[in-house]
Amino acid sequence: MKAMTYRGPYRIRVEEKDIPRIEHPGDAIVRVTLAAICGSDLHLYHGLMPDTRVGMTFGHEFIGVVQEVGPDVRNLKVGDRVMVPFNIYCGTCWFCARGLYSNCHNVNPNATAVGGIYGYSHTCGGYDGGQAEFVRVPLADVGPQVIPDDIDETDALLMTDALSTGYFGAQLGDIVAGDTVVVLGAGPVGLFAAKSAWLMGAGRVIVIDQLEYRLAKAREFAHAETLNFAEYDDIVVELKKQTDYLGADVVIDAVGAEADGNLIQQVTATKLKMQGGSPVALNWAIDGVRKGGTVSVLGAYGPIFSAVKFGDAMNKGLTLRMNQAPVKRQWPRLFEHIRAGYLKPSDIVTHRIPLDDIAEGYHLFSAKLDGCIKAVVVPSAN
Amino acid sequence: MSEEDVPLAYVADKPRPGAESPDELRRRIPGWGADLDPADRPSVPRLDRDLPDTGAHWTFPARQPGGEGRERSIEHAFVTPVFGTVAPLRGLSGVVRRFAYSRFSEGRAAHWLLLVLGDRVDVAESRVEAILRGRPDRLIAETGIGAEKGVHPVASRLRSTRSDTHHTWMDPFVVSAPWIAAAVVGWRIVRRVRR
Repeated sequence: MKAMTYRGPYRIRVEEKDIPRIEHPGDAIVRVTLAAICGSDLHLYHGLMPDTRVGMTFGHEFIGVVQEVGPDVRNLKVGDRVMVPFNIYCGTCWFCARGLYSNCHNVNPNATAVGGIYGYSHTCGGYDGGQAEFVRVPLADVGPQVIPDDIDETDALLMTDALSTGYFGAQLGDIVAGDTVVVLGAGPVGLFAAKSAWLMGAGRVIVIDQLEYRLAKAREFAHAETLNFAEYDDIVVELKKQTDYLGADVVIDAVGAEADGNLIQQVTATKLKMQGGSPVALNWAIDGVRKGGTVSVLGAYGPIFSAVKFGDAMNKGLTLRMNQAPVKRQWPRLFEHIRAGYLKPSDIVTHRIPLDDIAEGYHLFSAKLDGCIKAVVVPSAN
Repeated sequence: MSEEDVPLAYVADKPRPGAESPDELRRRIPGWGADLDPADRPSVPRLDRDLPDTGAHWTFPARQPGGEGRERSIEHAFVTPVFGTVAPLRGLSGVVRRFAYSRFSEGRAAHWLLLVLGDRVDVAESRVEAILRGRPDRLIAETGIGAEKGVHPVASRLRSTRSDTHHTWMDPFVVSAPWIAAAVVGWRIVRRVRR
């Protein structure tokens, strides 16, 4: 089969790999019909995530058709059209039993701090992802769900991570009616977080980014006010001015490891990999939120320590909330919102890229060229 | 400054700047307030045992074969019952990675820094291996730079409509510096041995 294959930082190619096989009785093999490139794939692509091995296939956002099932699989059958949450989880460990599906203890031998994620380095379990013609789906009775007939397949694809994560970030903000919510980052997750903040009753939503075309999308798609931080000497001061010196009630960090910051941050974090990513966005969140407010972190950071302004967080009495989204817990509500017309996730898709051209897709998305907001990858296997 | 001009942060209550009424917001924003009740929002990761069936029909998943000898975090009691098998440890990078896993917990910086080092060794090993196998890396094509054709490669750089302009200038230094440093150290070792 054809699969996107990592060759080192900023280097990928499409290779012929063996079709994955059933390795555990609970596995399914899924023929991928659509995959997506996620902003956090860029952290792998840029070589930021420890233990990203050459030869790996990325891609934790995908949908497909069940091709084969292991002997223990009861809830799926060959031919089912499924959406697969990016989390791999067992459903019964101490953490899963309490709803922390993204923190499953039974699927990732390489780390205890994070669960299993498709195509997200050995730090997240060493599984191949879905930017390929076929993918191994472990514990298939738990994660995947048959796509409802009335749900568009691109919408389903975006529910496997980006939409669910954006919605989750707004939830973590504990938004109450009338809150001023600031979202850092106008990528797919930031756009969905902004949109979700309205569903939860926000009084004002402000999205901050530096790329004008992404801010335009935030205005149009997410009805948000926007600020381009490149136009201000100090975006935190501007934020304080805009909120009558109070600060935001809730700030959602939808940026993560590769925030544009000062030179020192760039060199130590994103170049020399001496931090778990550039903490600029996180520090803006801590500075920009009001005292007693909530910072919700959706941005993916690496496991190495980062220079975060924890003293300010303490002195301001902040609530810091964060996790990988337990995706499948979101789906019933998100289906309702899609059916009601409140959400149309596929509206953010700007590019559809054949799997053969995925290196170009990564470059476009990484450099933010050609108005790229969300790129969907189309494998060719039938 | 009159008292009316004192910003909100300095007084107990005042209309918020830019505030719209719920009715105005409901008219303007599709679905505004649909999840207004914080108690009626799914999936916040508070410990909760009143959950829908996950579909699991085990108390502990069956053990995947082949876990013997697989690297694992020393914070785990054993290799987890389910695991990925994508790229087993091999070569010098495998030695570095195995040492990182077997010696240091996830709480230690050495664990992660060794894994980052292992990644770089892996890339170098894979480049050499690809040459030996007669299928060398296509270093330009693999960057995907071909995608720039037709999407204003020059203008986008001049007008700062892309996100990599901030660091492009430093990339050659950062990429080449470790190699140059390694070459210098290597050369010094060779000279010392020759003497």
